[in-house]
Amino acid sequence: MGAGHAHALYVHEHSPIHAASPEAKVAAVLLFVLSVAITPPLQAWAFGVYAVLLASALVVGRIPLRFFLLRLVGILPFILLALMVPFVGSGERIDLGWVSVSREGLWAAWGIIAKATLGAGAAIVLVATTEVPAVLAGLRTLKVPSVLVAIAGFMIRYLELIADEMGRMRQAMTARGHDPRWLWQARPIASASGALFVRAYERGERVHSAMMARGYTGEMPVLEERETPVASWLAVLAGPMVAAVVAVIAVVGS
Amino acid sequence: MHAPDGFLNAGTAVATGVVSAGTIGMALRQLKQTMSEKVVPVAGITAAFIFAAQMFNFPVAAGTTGHLMGGALAAILLGPHLGALVVTVVVAVQALFFADGGLTALGYNILNMAIVPAYGGYALFGIFKRILPNGRGGIVGATALAAWGSVVLSAAAFSIQWLFGATAPIPFTRVFAAMVGVHVLIGIGEAVISALAVGAVLASRPDLVHGAKGVALGEGTGKVPMRVFVIGGVLVSLAFATIVSQFAVDNPDGLEWVAETEGFAEQGAEHAWSDFLFADYATRGIENETLSLAIAGIVGTLITLLVAWGILRAFRERSPGATA
Amino acid sequence: MTAAIEVRDLRFAYPDGREALRGVDLAVGQGERVALLGPNGAGKTTLALHLNGLLEPASGEVLIGGLALSEETVTDIRRRVGLVFQDPNDQLFMPTVAEDVAFGPANLGLRGEELDAVVADALERVGASELARRPPHHLSGGEKRLAALATTLAMEPEILVLDEPGSGLDPAGRRMLVETLAGLDVTLIVITHDLPFALELCPRSVVMDGGRVVADMPTRELLARPDLLAEHRLELPYGFTLAHD
Repeated sequence: MGAGHAHALYVHEHSPIHAASPEAKVAAVLLFVLSVAITPPLQAWAFGVYAVLLASALVVGRIPLRFFLLRLVGILPFILLALMVPFVGSGERIDLGWVSVSREGLWAAWGIIAKATLGAGAAIVLVATTEVPAVLAGLRTLKVPSVLVAIAGFMIRYLELIADEMGRMRQAMTARGHDPRWLWQARPIASASGALFVRAYERGERVHSAMMARGYTGEMPVLEERETPVASWLAVLAGPMVAAVVAVIAVVGS
Repeated sequence: MHAPDGFLNAGTAVATGVVSAGTIGMALRQLKQTMSEKVVPVAGITAAFIFAAQMFNFPVAAGTTGHLMGGALAAILLGPHLGALVVTVVVAVQALFFADGGLTALGYNILNMAIVPAYGGYALFGIFKRILPNGRGGIVGATALAAWGSVVLSAAAFSIQWLFGATAPIPFTRVFAAMVGVHVLIGIGEAVISALAVGAVLASRPDLVHGAKGVALGEGTGKVPMRVFVIGGVLVSLAFATIVSQFAVDNPDGLEWVAETEGFAEQGAEHAWSDFLFADYATRGIENETLSLAIAGIVGTLITLLVAWGILRAFRERSPGATA
Repeated sequence: MTAAIEVRDLRFAYPDGREALRGVDLAVGQGERVALLGPNGAGKTTLALHLNGLLEPASGEVLIGGLALSEETVTDIRRRVGLVFQDPNDQLFMPTVAEDVAFGPANLGLRGEELDAVVADALERVGASELARRPPHHLSGGEKRLAALATTLAMEPEILVLDEPGSGLDPAGRRMLVETLAGLDVTLIVITHDLPFALELCPRSVVMDGGRVVADMPTRELLARPDLLAEHRLELPYGFTLAHD
């Protein structure tokens, strides 16, 4: 249940990136990812620039390489998928002696892998240098609908609790010798997830009561009214703006 | 299915982003009108449940495992608007905090994993609920079929987006056959788990199953013999998968790449901007064009109709997903 | 002087038909500390939820400081009656402890420095100032209890109702909680199964069973009545005897 542990996302460090305002960081990541996504794979030099930018963020943000690579595991299925593309792709073939691959497919595979890595990498840098509450506050400042941010906040808050409940249920089943190997033996697991839904829903009702007891009126109170100075916006966005310029050159020049 | 950044081209990302944002905006407005403020904590914590359920492996065969997608399940338990919203938040949190799925891919990821399964699945649920006998068994059966259908719809929707937004030279028909074929089988797991989960909720808190509102549940337990159900499902799905793949494989892919190699290089440069928006590799193959468009057209219309019907149905009910 | 809490013939049934309260009468004076005892399903938590208007009675009345609970007074009464829930996880729903403590006063309209001061004060009163920046799900059981208490204290309630505050605490955590609660200048209602805990904190005990108040007497007297305790499924820990002074 590793993914359920939100604290494994953050690197406790002091760096200029850690200190920067969360809304600027969220905006910076979006701009960077957008630039990466629109760049044609054939413009390999542009991806070199992006990689340098991302690597500098890792260094400045003091994010250990090992931590970063472990977090990248999420994109592995798509990397495997991309590796198949040259073999099944159509278009001009390149003969490698023992097997022939599609030239266009090779470029496509490179594009998928490069973009997936850079995109996921940027998101990893964001949450490694920004604690979850700050990211949520940043999203609110960037005018993401407050209901969605509030729902996301509750989700992250209760994720570990629910994952733990699920883990305990599974443990209890294993302890009584339940080791399902076929789908038709899955009834206990599925019933457990039904029970878990009921628990989650009822907890939602209790949390709602607890909120009402403290004067909740249907709108989450907005506590912080921070202003990020223009200069720090610019400082945070400098790297992604380079990426955006590179992307425009790459798209126009292709 | 959590596609990374740049997996489909920019035009498709923008187009699906607009559709997703519009649908979610509509669901939000609807929920604000009809629901109590209870909805926020309940939605957040059930989102945590869906997230956890997606991490919870269940056995498939010979020790291999699969996991739940949960779009149809969420819609049947919480109602389509709230269900779609909850899975949307799950997908967005996965992208932003867990680097699972790209941020610029959120448009199509939300469309394929939240909106199509929730509204489409809910529409299918409505259809099967009418066909199947009333009561507990009917709800459980309709959940199974809707959950299976939602996974297949989701795969088909992705394939159609590939037709317009492909970033690799794999023709639409192949992607369609592979995606739908595989998900026809994956859907069986989704069906079994969703149906049993809904059955378990019906047994303890039937008032929490949105899709069972106004249905006389009777005394039956709603239990379906598992082995019969799974094996039957596999057989039907295999038949379905065979038909789909035949359909797609029969056409000559070979001709396509021969036709394509002529002048690919120049084309690439000339059409940089149009490629940038909609590079339709699939329609570039002459032989494939008619067939691709025909499949995409029929399936796309079907998905759109189902999703639209699910949305309309949800509006007509006007009953909140959270019980007051 | 008007009673802090006055409950008159309170009746309530849940939607599934279960009658949880069947005519409860209770009066609690200003600054009193009362233990609310009784077996599971006696209606203790249901009564607590009525005290700040989270449940609406089928019939009967709830008066807080002489003010009858109604649609118009519920906001005011929720501020005056602080409820600490059984599971602190239900009460700590914000990303950090400080934000959780701020939630109530912010709903009352406090902002900025004034809000910060209230939050800091509430955390200090429970001795949990160092928890402010921590996310609630990383706290220990005892720390969660204290943080949950602080979220309610920040509303400056006149009456504090705690549902099983001692459950899941280790002895040291339990001791700290008793000391913290004893030092508060509020009317206190404590729902508990833990008779020694009740004895330490509350001079008066009210026993509920089957939706009614079945006994109301000094805690010390109650604990000396094994017949009464057994009848309502209450038990002193093994080997526990009252010292005679």
